[in-house]
Amino acid sequence: MVSGWAALLALGLAAPFCVYPVFAMNVLCLALFASAFNLLLGYTGLLSFGHAAFLGMAGYVTGQAVKTWGWPVELGILAGTAAAAGLGLVFGALAIRRSGISFAMITLGFAQIVYFFVLHAAWSGGEDGLQGVPRGKALGLVSLQGNYAAYYFIFALFLAGFAVFYRTIHSPFGHVLRAIRENAPRAESLGYDVDRYRVLAFVISAGLAGLAGSMKAIVFQSATLSDVHWHRSGSVVLMTLLGGMGTPIGPSVGALLVVTLENYLSGYGSWVTVITGGVFIACVLAFRRGLVGEIQARVSSRR
Amino acid sequence: MLQALAGQLLVGLINGSFYALLSLGLAVIFGLLNVVNFAHGAQYMLGAFVAWIGLTYLGIGYWWALVLTPLVVGVLGMVFERLCLRRLQGLDPLYGLLLTFGVTLVLEGLFQNAFGISGNSYPVPSLLQGGTNLGFMFLPRYRAWVVVASVAVCLGSWLVIEKTRFGAYLRAGTENPPLLQAFGVNVPVMFTVTYGYGVALAAFAGVMAAPIYQVTPLMGSNVIMMVFAVVVIGGMGSILGSIVTGLGVGLIEGLTKFFYAPAADVVVFVVMALVLLLRPAGFFGRSR
Repeated sequence: MVSGWAALLALGLAAPFCVYPVFAMNVLCLALFASAFNLLLGYTGLLSFGHAAFLGMAGYVTGQAVKTWGWPVELGILAGTAAAAGLGLVFGALAIRRSGISFAMITLGFAQIVYFFVLHAAWSGGEDGLQGVPRGKALGLVSLQGNYAAYYFIFALFLAGFAVFYRTIHSPFGHVLRAIRENAPRAESLGYDVDRYRVLAFVISAGLAGLAGSMKAIVFQSATLSDVHWHRSGSVVLMTLLGGMGTPIGPSVGALLVVTLENYLSGYGSWVTVITGGVFIACVLAFRRGLVGEIQARVSSRR
Repeated sequence: MLQALAGQLLVGLINGSFYALLSLGLAVIFGLLNVVNFAHGAQYMLGAFVAWIGLTYLGIGYWWALVLTPLVVGVLGMVFERLCLRRLQGLDPLYGLLLTFGVTLVLEGLFQNAFGISGNSYPVPSLLQGGTNLGFMFLPRYRAWVVVASVAVCLGSWLVIEKTRFGAYLRAGTENPPLLQAFGVNVPVMFTVTYGYGVALAAFAGVMAAPIYQVTPLMGSNVIMMVFAVVVIGGMGSILGSIVTGLGVGLIEGLTKFFYAPAADVVVFVVMALVLLLRPAGFFGRSR
């Protein structure tokens, strides 16, 4: 177990020397995004179909803070994360008033509000998004202009975010979430305030998704509409499903696969959409445990 | 002033007719199959495209398309239900949503590849060209037809569900499918037919929409989000409720366009938030 984590850490440290650093950073951002989503779907049993709202909104807030207001990069990222968590509190508190499949439709609707807000707001650049966000200096000392410095900065943030996710799912709080996922009425009869737990999980998830979005804004030096679009909300579901929902590292693996796929297919226009949809269908019909979930099941059945 | 208001209300009524047709199909499918059919928007788009392709390449006119397209798309839906959706029975309903979401992406991507994202226009049938001057506004004949036909189809569906034997089976199946099967009703066939019917309604809406809006691969995904909000506002479960809510939401959208146009894109979702705050089960919903 420990050696497995050490190997992953080593892989993360060596990654920018093996692949293009910006690609690796993109994977880290979306891996954190998918992990945040997994906290809700895999561990709380809530399907949010509007998680792009938190990723995208945080990107815009960070971009605006760093570019227009001249905030230091750490503060900008903090602002983006906090904005996403605040948005998550409002949306979560309203959306959990309906459970099950309505929850997905409601979150999708809220994400549309954010999308149109960003599209029409005066400061967010409309169709172009925010461009030319400076990367700045980490702690005011190390310039992040170089891709290697930026990579380790992003990697450190990813580790911090992932640690929050990992700690949450293994805490007593996380166990209550799982109990709610399995049987909400029973959890309620045991004295847990199910709605409060759900809202809190939603806020943590939104905040982590926001951290991922803020990181992404720094990496690409821009905030774009595509990160607020419902296609993005769909792609995080795919990452989680493909890697294995309810497994700690499955969604990160899924993010790696999806980003790789998108990279290789980027020249083929709409075929990306067709193939993404095809993978979706295949996953749901034949591969519901996902890659990591499937491996886990094989290993444990052999024992 | 009055003219502009009446014009926007008419646009709202037309949008509302489409919302009503689509949310009716969604409600019928969800009621029996327990599947949220995300592909409903794509099937609406498919209806518009089948009509457009029929006219452009085969010379099939509007009236034939209005009959044939729902049949073709409905049969495609039934095949899909048999081959794919059927396998997800008994699983968490979220898998049905995700499967149909994947189908949406595939359909949209394929049509974008084949026809690009720019719109194709579909001519208004000659019988319904022109319009009437009502004094305070000009009423295009085709738009009046859309509202009347949609409401007629919705009410017809409602009558079938409430008054016929098949409707009684459908309502029984919504409550308890295994019990209905124990009484000797072929429930799996009912599932297929019901899904096909819901899809055919979406395709019918697509044909009706073709002469009004541009026929584009993405026309469905914009509408489906609105329709989801309509379903949340109305509450799942009531057929008449989904019709009334669909028309009402269209009118609210039209009014917003008149008074404060920039908010028209989001007003439906804001109404949804308010309904959740004040009446969490929706206007016509029974419980969570």
